[in-house]
Amino acid sequence: MALMNVNPTRMELTRLKNRLKTAVRGHKLLKDKRDEMMRRFVLLIRENARLRQEVEKKLSGALGEFALCRGLMEPEALEDAVLYPARTVDVTLGSQNIMSVDVPTIQVTAGEVKQSYGFAQTSAQLDGAIANLAELLPELVKLAEIEKTCNMLADEIEKTRRRVNALEYVMIPDLNDTIRFITMKLDENERGATTRLMKVKDMIAQRDQVS
Amino acid sequence: MSKIAVIGPKEAVLAFRAVGLDVVCVSTPEEASRAVFRLAEDGHAVIFITEAEAEQISETISRYKTSALPAIIPIPGATGANGYGMAAVRANVEKAIGADILFKEEG
Repeated sequence: MALMNVNPTRMELTRLKNRLKTAVRGHKLLKDKRDEMMRRFVLLIRENARLRQEVEKKLSGALGEFALCRGLMEPEALEDAVLYPARTVDVTLGSQNIMSVDVPTIQVTAGEVKQSYGFAQTSAQLDGAIANLAELLPELVKLAEIEKTCNMLADEIEKTRRRVNALEYVMIPDLNDTIRFITMKLDENERGATTRLMKVKDMIAQRDQVS
Repeated sequence: MSKIAVIGPKEAVLAFRAVGLDVVCVSTPEEASRAVFRLAEDGHAVIFITEAEAEQISETISRYKTSALPAIIPIPGATGANGYGMAAVRANVEKAIGADILFKEEG
């Protein structure tokens, strides 16, 4: 309920009416954008939660297996064994546009399997642990992609919601109030002018009668 | 250069070296924070960080939260998941929707 600081003129009234029209249109568009973003977000976040649960479980398993190897092997030998990667990964980065939010897409392609350590110095579990981890990698990267997307969408939804609320509860009521105020003021001026004319007319008639 | 990096204590992240990721072993939060900065500067697309470490440097991580890259993702460490990663997902839901609609029915 705050009037804007404007002159109550006809020109100002037209200007404000145009602004109101733009604000209402913008409000509608932003609201639609928010709703659609929300819909996508809910889908994505469900996927995110599911994937995270799955990955956390599998990763704990894989790391546990690796911990077992650490127990079975000399620390130095283990470090030597993993020093040169047994697998290579290739990462392809792209970007995708979700409701005008640019989110990254990450694709990972596993390279060939190499035998980078000797069988004699390492325990048998190491092979399995590394294979498991390598298998898990695409899922991990998928999780990263989805989680990043959710992060960015959440941020954008918050921004959009603030804009929608600002328009709905501040901008549009203010404009309406001010337009009302100017209309009232102009009407009042008009009535004032009419009364003044009538009064002057009366005075002239009286003067003519007297003379 | 691989574009994926892992940060965490040695016993948790050593395994990732074997599958061809960049691994940074850290033992203190300061080291972890520095590692995140450095890896982000280097142009890594994804940085996995163990949950315990992520919890301690949440300020550093929130810096990169809204930029497209890098994606900094908490993963369970050697001792398993402690719920920090899941809490981050939940925080996202609350931020976007205003209420936790996702996990209510489950628990």
